[in-house]
Amino acid sequence: MEVVISTDKLTKKFGDFVATNEITFEVAKGEIFGFLGANGAGKTTAMRMLCGLLKPSYGSASVAGFDIEKQTEQVKQNIGYMSQKFSLYEDLTVKENFRFYGGVYKLKRQVIDQRLNEMLGNLGMLNVENSLVASLPLGWKQKLAFSLAMLHRPKIVFLDEPTGGVDPITRRQFWDLIYEAAHNGVTIFVTTHYMDEAEYCDRVSIMVDGVIKALDTPENLRKQFETDSMDGVFQLLARGTSTK
Amino acid sequence: MSALPYIIRKEFQQIFRNKVMLPLLFVMPVVQLVVLSFAADFEFKNLNVSVVDHDKSTASRLLISQFSSSGYFKTEQFFNSSQQALVEVEKGNTDMILVVPKDFEKDRKTAKPTQVQLLINAVNNQKAGIASNYAQQVLNIYNKRNMPQFASSTNAVMPLQVTFSEGYWYNPTLDYKTFMVPGILAVLVTMLTAFLSSINIIREKELGTIEQLNVTPISKFEFIVGKQVPFFIIGMFILGIGLTLARLIFGIHIIGSPVLLFAYCAIYVVAILGLGMLVSTLTETQQQAMFVTWFFMVVFILLSGLFTPIDSIPLWAKAINVANPMKYFVEVMRMVMLKGSGFSAISTHFGVMALFAVAFNSLAVLSYKKTN
Amino acid sequence: MKTFLAFVKKEFFHILRDRRTLLILFGMPIAQILIFGFALNNEINNAGLVVLNRAGDYESKQLLAKFQNSTYFNLQDPVFTEAAIEQAFKDNRAKVALIIPLDFGKNMQAGNEQLRIIGDATDPNQAQTLVNYAKAIIADYLQQKQNTNTQLPITTAQPRMLFNPELKAVYQFVPGVMGLILLLVSAMMTSLTIAKEKELGTMELLLISPLKPFHIILGKVAPYWVLSFLNAVIIIILGVFVFGMPVNGSVPLLLLVTLIFSFASLALGIFISSKANSQLVAMFLSMFGLLLPTLLLSGFIFPIENMPLPLRIISNIVPARWFIELIKGIMIKGSPLSLLIKPFLVLCFITVVLTIAGIKGIKTRLS
Repeated sequence: MEVVISTDKLTKKFGDFVATNEITFEVAKGEIFGFLGANGAGKTTAMRMLCGLLKPSYGSASVAGFDIEKQTEQVKQNIGYMSQKFSLYEDLTVKENFRFYGGVYKLKRQVIDQRLNEMLGNLGMLNVENSLVASLPLGWKQKLAFSLAMLHRPKIVFLDEPTGGVDPITRRQFWDLIYEAAHNGVTIFVTTHYMDEAEYCDRVSIMVDGVIKALDTPENLRKQFETDSMDGVFQLLARGTSTK
Repeated sequence: MSALPYIIRKEFQQIFRNKVMLPLLFVMPVVQLVVLSFAADFEFKNLNVSVVDHDKSTASRLLISQFSSSGYFKTEQFFNSSQQALVEVEKGNTDMILVVPKDFEKDRKTAKPTQVQLLINAVNNQKAGIASNYAQQVLNIYNKRNMPQFASSTNAVMPLQVTFSEGYWYNPTLDYKTFMVPGILAVLVTMLTAFLSSINIIREKELGTIEQLNVTPISKFEFIVGKQVPFFIIGMFILGIGLTLARLIFGIHIIGSPVLLFAYCAIYVVAILGLGMLVSTLTETQQQAMFVTWFFMVVFILLSGLFTPIDSIPLWAKAINVANPMKYFVEVMRMVMLKGSGFSAISTHFGVMALFAVAFNSLAVLSYKKTN
Repeated sequence: MKTFLAFVKKEFFHILRDRRTLLILFGMPIAQILIFGFALNNEINNAGLVVLNRAGDYESKQLLAKFQNSTYFNLQDPVFTEAAIEQAFKDNRAKVALIIPLDFGKNMQAGNEQLRIIGDATDPNQAQTLVNYAKAIIADYLQQKQNTNTQLPITTAQPRMLFNPELKAVYQFVPGVMGLILLLVSAMMTSLTIAKEKELGTMELLLISPLKPFHIILGKVAPYWVLSFLNAVIIIILGVFVFGMPVNGSVPLLLLVTLIFSFASLALGIFISSKANSQLVAMFLSMFGLLLPTLLLSGFIFPIENMPLPLRIISNIVPARWFIELIKGIMIKGSPLSLLIKPFLVLCFITVVLTIAGIKGIKTRLS
């Protein structure tokens, strides 16, 4: 098994507040790794450190074989990222967005256009190529944002609550995209609120108050906590700390 | 291959897509240049004089008509007492009260020195000084014209005399617009480029799009430069339009080398853009960025020597002014455009501005953090 | 009414919690008034003077000594050619040049000599003023030289400077800076706040509340009104105690006028935000659109009566113009309201128009 993400006591403090407290885990190539937790549990902070957006207070991590602190730019060359805040330029067309980001990754114009065509074809959205992003429905924008994150064929994609606020059908379609990417050997690191989505992951970690409380396959977790759903696992873990 | 052209293209696309902003960007500076340049004029004409004539004689009437025919004053209101006239000053209808004393004519006939009183509204100190100066000139003429009869009787020796010729170089007609147009153009270009650059990054921060860029391997240098190029082009374009208008509408030709002028402007715009970017990287919201920019703009403008002389500002203000890019720019615009100064005359200006450009931009690149 | 008050309270706390913005709101105007109050000056001193002295005689040296002693001029190294004068102008070393002819002293007796005074008229006002100063110095020198005891039957002027006997520039600049800063800060604040709410979509949230649009806008503006007014009071206090501005008129009237002007500025901000579709446009309009026009058309620096007719007409709609006129009238001249009725009514009128236009604009956009 090839390890593409590994962390060692990765910690981030904001003043006195410890957002992420000595988390250690590994993610294998081609895995769909679910990162669960309540709001403020430290998921986004951990993900932002792995993407090179935040500096760890201490501890270390490597992504795609590069150290996140010392080789930040190499890390960035190998990852895709889709942030919680929707991040396509609303005042540009779909094509303009793709050409811009493709250019930033130093892709050739023909390569960008070809991949865009392919992706839009897969999504059945060929006709939106020249539409302003602002004019598209949220679900479409999110699928586009995912495609954009995949444009430069990264080894790892980080998705920060990618399906927030969309209808169940679109969510389902979105997960189809994720499966397809994983099938092609891309590692998926995804945070989510939705416990049903957790079931789709190969492995799931659950964070509570900056600490990873559980990490295993959904099946093993359900067994361990003796419930029949991931939601049950999560409730147990969250309640366990709130009464402490 | 560099990502630079892609960043530049994207910025241009965004600028040209904003249909509300785009016309404003070009129309606002042009309209302001053309309209506001006419507003700047210190030449006082037709100051309103209220007359209180206690003598009501031929001599006093002659004096009064001397005032009204001078071109400086309008003497339309007459009052019986200074008190009545003062009310007009308070209302703002009168700039100066001329009080001619009783026995004015009698005293003059008997060759006694006489004195008229001038009550000048000095709320505007400059205007008051000028009014007093004009009045002095009118009196000089009056004295000279009405002198001969006495001169022959009292003066045996020829008085010492110096006559002058006055010359006004570079602007012989003393046209104020010649002075103001280059300066106002300088301010407009500065405000435009500073505004665009200071809002830009912060806008991406607020919209969240900067996150997406920060996870790419884009270099900070490419990022900053790529964002500046479109604004640089817009700034230089507006400057070009402004200079053309200066020539067509105001008849102001560039006496010095246009190449020199544009070269200096280019460095200046880069410096201002760097400053704007620096503000943008250091603030958190568009509101903050705008207020900080505004603060600098107002300080820059008012201390630039554009509207008020800066030779006599206090030392500490001069010290602040050393770091005021607009001061150098306004000076260079006027020197090269109006006087035809060459490179040697503005070499210091060049050096200082190049320093600003390097410093502001390096600071902007340094303070822009892809990783927090 | 109760919900309205609660809303205003919420808005107020919202602003007070934002320390940085508060610092900007109060710190920047104070810094500006201090800088400009001390530094802005329309006096011309220490202007560079180059002399081309062809005479070099005793009289010419006497004359130059007089120039040397004056604070208006700063004598530069002497030059020997007219080309050198031009160079001095081009290098900005000199603003005025004086050419003294050969036989200056001798010719003075003969009465046929010409001194040449040349001003660098790129700045026409400065050039004229300096040439006049130079003439005054020369006249002064002559009078000394003449040493006449014979009284000439001439008429002289006894000028008295009303309201500002020391001809302080502060009287001109402090009211101007007040008008400029208050207008811009208030207009930028409100236009941005409302534009931001529109951009974020939070304005719609407020709209489904039981509050009327008019109340929402009033609620947004009320805290800023209080803050702007406080700001104005601080600036006035600085003007009086730091810069020696008098308060010869009625203080309540002064405060009333300030209150009205603050509101007018906020209403202007509302008006701008009703026309702007984003923060960017609101900012551009309130900064770029207001700064130079207010500076130039309010009478802050350039006298309105000197302007060509179209500009004099435009200046009527510049709120700061009327505020500055009122402030000068009340503080410096000590005029009662009866003498200031015109600017007062115009300012009120502008305020009402802006308020109605602003609220209407916002309403139509929202509905």
